Amino acid sequence: MRRIVSVLMENQPGALSRVVGLFSQRNYNINSLTVAPTEDPTLSRLTLTTVGDDRKIEQIIKHLNKVVDVAKLVDLTEGSHIERELMLIKVKATGAQRAEVKRICDIFRGDVVDVSPTMYTIQLTGTSEKLDGFIQALAGTTILEVARTGVSGIARGEKILTL
Amino acid sequence: MEKLSGGDMLIRALHDEGVEIIFGYPGGAALHIYDAIFNQDKVDHVLVRHEQAATHAADGYARATGKPGVVLVTSGPGATNAITGIATAFMDSIPMVVISGQVTRDAIGSDAFQETDMIGVSRPVVKHSFMVQKAEDIPGIVKQAFHIAVTGRPGPVVIDIPKDVTDPGEKYPYEYPETIKIRSYNPPTKGHSGQIKKAVEILMNARKPVIYSGGGVIQGEGATLLTELAKTLEFPVTNTLMGLGAYPATDKQFLGMLGMHGTYEANMAMHESDVILAIGARFDDRVTNSDVSKFCPDATILHIDIDPASISKTVTAHVPIVGPVEPVLKEMIDQVKASNQKVDKEALDAWWQKIDHWRERQCLAVTPAEGDIIKPQEAVQALYEATNGQAYITSDVGQHQMFAAQYYHFDLPRRWINSGGLGTMGFGLPAAMGVQLAFPDATVACVTGEGSIQMNIQELATCKQCALPIKILNLNNEALGMVKQWQDMQYGGRHSASTYADSLPDFVALAESYGHTGIRIEKRSELQEKMNVAMAMKDKLVFIDVAVDQNEHVYPMAIKGGAMSEMFLSKTERT
Ligand SMILES: Cc1ncc(C[n+]2csc(CCOP(=O)(O)OP(=O)(O)O)c2C)c(N)n1
Ligand SMILES: [Mg+2]
Repeated sequence: MRRIVSVLMENQPGALSRVVGLFSQRNYNINSLTVAPTEDPTLSRLTLTTVGDDRKIEQIIKHLNKVVDVAKLVDLTEGSHIERELMLIKVKATGAQRAEVKRICDIFRGDVVDVSPTMYTIQLTGTSEKLDGFIQALAGTTILEVARTGVSGIARGEKILTL
Repeated sequence: MEKLSGGDMLIRALHDEGVEIIFGYPGGAALHIYDAIFNQDKVDHVLVRHEQAATHAADGYARATGKPGVVLVTSGPGATNAITGIATAFMDSIPMVVISGQVTRDAIGSDAFQETDMIGVSRPVVKHSFMVQKAEDIPGIVKQAFHIAVTGRPGPVVIDIPKDVTDPGEKYPYEYPETIKIRSYNPPTKGHSGQIKKAVEILMNARKPVIYSGGGVIQGEGATLLTELAKTLEFPVTNTLMGLGAYPATDKQFLGMLGMHGTYEANMAMHESDVILAIGARFDDRVTNSDVSKFCPDATILHIDIDPASISKTVTAHVPIVGPVEPVLKEMIDQVKASNQKVDKEALDAWWQKIDHWRERQCLAVTPAEGDIIKPQEAVQALYEATNGQAYITSDVGQHQMFAAQYYHFDLPRRWINSGGLGTMGFGLPAAMGVQLAFPDATVACVTGEGSIQMNIQELATCKQCALPIKILNLNNEALGMVKQWQDMQYGGRHSASTYADSLPDFVALAESYGHTGIRIEKRSELQEKMNVAMAMKDKLVFIDVAVDQNEHVYPMAIKGGAMSEMFLSKTERT
């Protein structure tokens, strides 16, 4: 099962490497990882996606909680939540392809954020699934470069992750 | 406010934290700190001969006293040499603070002389670590480091200090914080009463119960309470290798150690039990015997541990109780005493009869060898006799370690000091130094093998310098016995790289060259007498080199991939 885990941790040198190190050390996998300070600059919010059965996820959560720098965390996938990822993608756009790429981009509600005579740079936001879908839809074109931020997320409704 | 340099602050902070002794080895990046040590007389420093030994000595000190062990090493090789000892402490949850010198702040990252990323290298084997960025932070960091090392599930903490931070020329106001709060670190302080209640109800309805307790009971100062609980319930108790001494070994409710080299009765009782109360134990693969699907098929498992990550990691707990052993056991005992339920006496009697039947197998009976050859087990028995079972015993890793665990019956906690989790050869002698320094008048013996002792033999010099009257019992089988045993059992007797009889030192002469006393024992008929003589030399380090049967194996031994009930009982018998 794919899980999205959000972690509030001390914004301190070494904290990130302790969290990331845990994953390699215990043979857990990280599919994506985002991290940035919160409104309180002494705290960072790290969001990662991982896969594993319930037992593995339980262990991951417990071990993350044990990291001294980790203050709080939540498995967002346990409840209803909002998941977003941002992608910047450079696609070859010449001749007939140019219109086709633009059309697909519109269907996915992407924005063309940079243009050159031979390519488009498109920005797309959504769930990872949507971004994957966009890449698939572009199968007939030439993708030159993809930059994805990794997943960020937040719980729906009243639930908040804070100290 | 008083003004101190970074180096002075560090040593003062250690003193203010209650540290009496540190184990270390100097070098460039730590020299300001060493100068600060020289200029005071409150904190003692013990100069070891290898940084690994400093960590093991601090570890032995911590295990014997319950207080955190403290280590000081220099950067680079000093720091990396300490890693094995840090990992050893980490695996066994031993409180320790390791201070490592680092190159100056402006040189970090430049591949400077003796630069190693200690924070990075140690990361997987520490509970936490700090890099000191400025001298003013030292008191606060020391306070935090000790707090983290000793609370919750204890463990080693590294403080890496760049050399310029300890510069004697720069002084800053010093004040040691009295209390500390780390907002992201809040270990549990008590167990969940509802969970304890659930557990007690299951205990009261148990028909074939076992209490399985581990190192956590010793670390968490729960030994007396464990005994009280077991006595109240009249339940059988087994201890892990790490938990020996938490329950008195000579008590009739004690089944001995369980696991890979556990007793027949302990393993059988576990396998057939209907309720297991696991306390401060972690269902390690040396206990469960690797295939957890076969582990104790009928048992309802109640698991008390301070570390939630230890619960349901390998074996699912039916009733998890997260909390420190002491308050949880207290509450459990109160609830048991107040319970209106009673344990089914008849069922329990029948269970004890079954256990007594297993005991009749006498799985630890020693058959004397032919001629006057000494069995390694007999050497441990002789040590037990000579010390009235009252000594602190450290051990190394191998067959001798298992023999010590099986044949030295520990009635008190903190007397059995061994590297259970990491299994570090070379642990025994330096650990014994830490114990002896903590308890100068106690009898401290290190049960070792000729393989392990050579991994930190240089510490004989430290023992000389500090006049430590440790007794070293070398069960000399002229081989890496445990490796050889596995090769006998699993590799058709092909002794690949496990023998070296042609190149062993003369241990008696070796000990004497370091200024100690050496005794060689070769005959069974002289074993006890010579052992007594050696142990009677109270103020001397005596190296007792005992020639033991080279073909002996450790039994019982779990059969790989089997259930707990599946063991070899000798070279020719299995369950
Ligand atoms: C540092 C280290 N290296 C290797 C091992 C693997 N190992 C476990 S027991 C053993 C043999 C120990 O020999 P000795 O100390 O003579 O003890 P014996 O088994 O003969 O009693 C070895 C090599 C280990 N535990 N630790
Ligand atoms: Mg040997």
